[in-house]
Amino acid sequence: MSLFFSQLFNGLATGLLLALISTGLTIIYGTLGVINFAHGALFVVGGYAGYTVYSLTDSFILAIAGGSAVALAVGLVMERGLMRQYYSRPPEDQILVTFGISIILVEIVRGLYGGISYSVTPPDWGQGIARIGSLIYPLYRLETLGIAAATLLLLYFVLYRTSLGLIVRAGIEDAQMVNALGINVKRTFLLVFGIGAMAAGFAGVINSPIVALTPDMGFRYLVDSFVVVVIGGVGSFPGAIIGGIIAGEILSLTSMVNPQYSEVMLFVAMALVLVLRPQGLMGQEGRE
Amino acid sequence: MKDRKTSAQALNPMIGRRSVLKAGAAGVAGGLLLPATARVAMAQDKKPLGAWPAGSDGDTVYVGLTVDLTGPYSAQGAEQQKGYELAAEHLNNGDPILQKISPNLKKGILGKGIKLGVADAETKPNTSVQAATRYIHDNKALMVSGSTSSAVAIALEKVCNREHTPYFTAISGSNETTGVDCQRYGFRPCYFAYMACKAIAPVAAKALGKDCRAAYLTPDYTYGHTTTESMVEFTEKEGWKTVTNQVHPLGAKDYSSYLINIANTDANVLVCVAYGADAVNAIKQAKQFGLLDKMKLVIPYSSAYIEVEVGSELIEGALVAQGFWWTMEAQYPVAKDFVAAYEKKFGGKPRDSALYGYLAIMAWAAAVERAGSFYPPDVVKALEDGSVLEIPVGPFNIRPEDHQGVINFPIMRGKKKSEMKNPDDWYDIIEIVQGKEVVPPLGLLGCKMGDYV
Repeated sequence: MSLFFSQLFNGLATGLLLALISTGLTIIYGTLGVINFAHGALFVVGGYAGYTVYSLTDSFILAIAGGSAVALAVGLVMERGLMRQYYSRPPEDQILVTFGISIILVEIVRGLYGGISYSVTPPDWGQGIARIGSLIYPLYRLETLGIAAATLLLLYFVLYRTSLGLIVRAGIEDAQMVNALGINVKRTFLLVFGIGAMAAGFAGVINSPIVALTPDMGFRYLVDSFVVVVIGGVGSFPGAIIGGIIAGEILSLTSMVNPQYSEVMLFVAMALVLVLRPQGLMGQEGRE
Repeated sequence: MKDRKTSAQALNPMIGRRSVLKAGAAGVAGGLLLPATARVAMAQDKKPLGAWPAGSDGDTVYVGLTVDLTGPYSAQGAEQQKGYELAAEHLNNGDPILQKISPNLKKGILGKGIKLGVADAETKPNTSVQAATRYIHDNKALMVSGSTSSAVAIALEKVCNREHTPYFTAISGSNETTGVDCQRYGFRPCYFAYMACKAIAPVAAKALGKDCRAAYLTPDYTYGHTTTESMVEFTEKEGWKTVTNQVHPLGAKDYSSYLINIANTDANVLVCVAYGADAVNAIKQAKQFGLLDKMKLVIPYSSAYIEVEVGSELIEGALVAQGFWWTMEAQYPVAKDFVAAYEKKFGGKPRDSALYGYLAIMAWAAAVERAGSFYPPDVVKALEDGSVLEIPVGPFNIRPEDHQGVINFPIMRGKKKSEMKNPDDWYDIIEIVQGKEVVPPLGLLGCKMGDYV
């Protein structure tokens, strides 16, 4: 029974981390309607940039700031340089262009850092293990629970409870009308795309003490993020959290019975959601 | 148009004088246009096979490399590429090391230069098969090499066998590569799961005791399953018990649920079968979960650069098998030359991935020289003749029955940081395993070779 509770708790922690990682994808898709296949690459860029700052300054806080800032800058350049031309294009064009950008970003990272993986030591305040009953759990992973929850809450308020979010959603519906009201929609879109990219970079830094950095790691997280977003409902913030927790619990609990099938069960769950509730558990029907 | 005849007419003995003259002229012209090698081939009654004879017509011969430059084994793939490049440079320049490796080796291969093509296999069988097919059909490659994943190696040896083109693995740990999936045109120079586990089990039992309880982390494909199977077999013979086997997908990032399962057992040894970036994440997270504070770490088939990737704190005390370690230069003179040449060209010390890339080219080149031809069946027969090469890990030959390399490799223990004499001094070599003592008995792994043609 103690194993069951241990895995249940681990599922929650893993799930919130997955929700945090999917945040950038949710922001950009939920507000701008762009399926950002470069999400995984932005996650990698943030992770490596954070690693570099951490190595130079020995400060994990500065690493978080540096990794997020570099991802934000890349996101802004992406939006101004290319994505702006693609808002009104079909989804397949958006997928292709973001996929192309992700290949370029990953290869730049590989060119700069090589193929060898980098281990990031948790900050001083995250080192050691915590004992929760019979469960021994890494302290840093426990702390990421709080970090993920706080970040998700903050982003939710910024994008859904402020006038910024309102402008963005109105702009998606009718950009011309919003422009006519004297609001610079283009600048707002740029800001939202940047926030989405920054969220991916932020997650990359937060995750780096848990999983070693490799240039290709982003693809795996892109897939996981899609599973979370599809289960929870595309563009829904509460959905990303629910989807993340469900994904985490599936991975954790099924590994108790048969670890070989835990990943497969994740995709089975996604397929079931797509069949029974295509818009996802918390998604709105008919939203594009 | 009047001279055109049907095949029946052509067979008619009453053939006109003009037709005979035309046919004769066409024959002479055709003969002159045929490449020299093709004429030799026809003279010897050898039909074209694979990219032969077209691939051997020019001043250079093409070798197609399928290395994992992306995916969980990309660090090893990049290292393999360096080994191939070094071998090509040595052959093209006629480096003095060639004569130390084999008296057959000289500048070029049968006087021809060697040209390398590099493709990213992405750690995926389908990508590597597409690359190999392109090499053979478009680039007229006479040899294909490269792998880190055994799934890739097995797929490649099958496609190269069908194309009658010699294929050499770089890294492939699965028992099946030269076992049930062995191919006439497939060769594995490197050590593999059975050899590694047979060698490391008694060393581990001596170092850690006979009553250990082992927990396994196994990647879910042919390499993982066969390595765990062999390790369980040989450690249980030493008295160990197998407590749990956690099977994870290739390329997994989060091992927390597997590690919690292991923490819930009374295991005192963690056997990490995971390889490359997977092993790095598994070991790193095992430390975070406190497992390595109470368990010993054994890596029966460890990957190049793992010590750099996880750091001295985690590799300290770990028992590992690896294909090559640079301090073997103290035992083998060729190792000294190899390490020096690698350092000069690339900087840093070479790892086993580079050695296996280097060895693949050298073994093929020496066989071509012995065969006196690039004709694939002759090259395969030369590889099967038992000739010994002196390589950086000592004497090496290929078993004709299953095309497994009989090769030495070290078993090592990770050093404490305070004991490292220089930044590359990561391991103490406990034992250099003699390959001939740990290769499986012939027939044990189910190899059945096909025909040459």
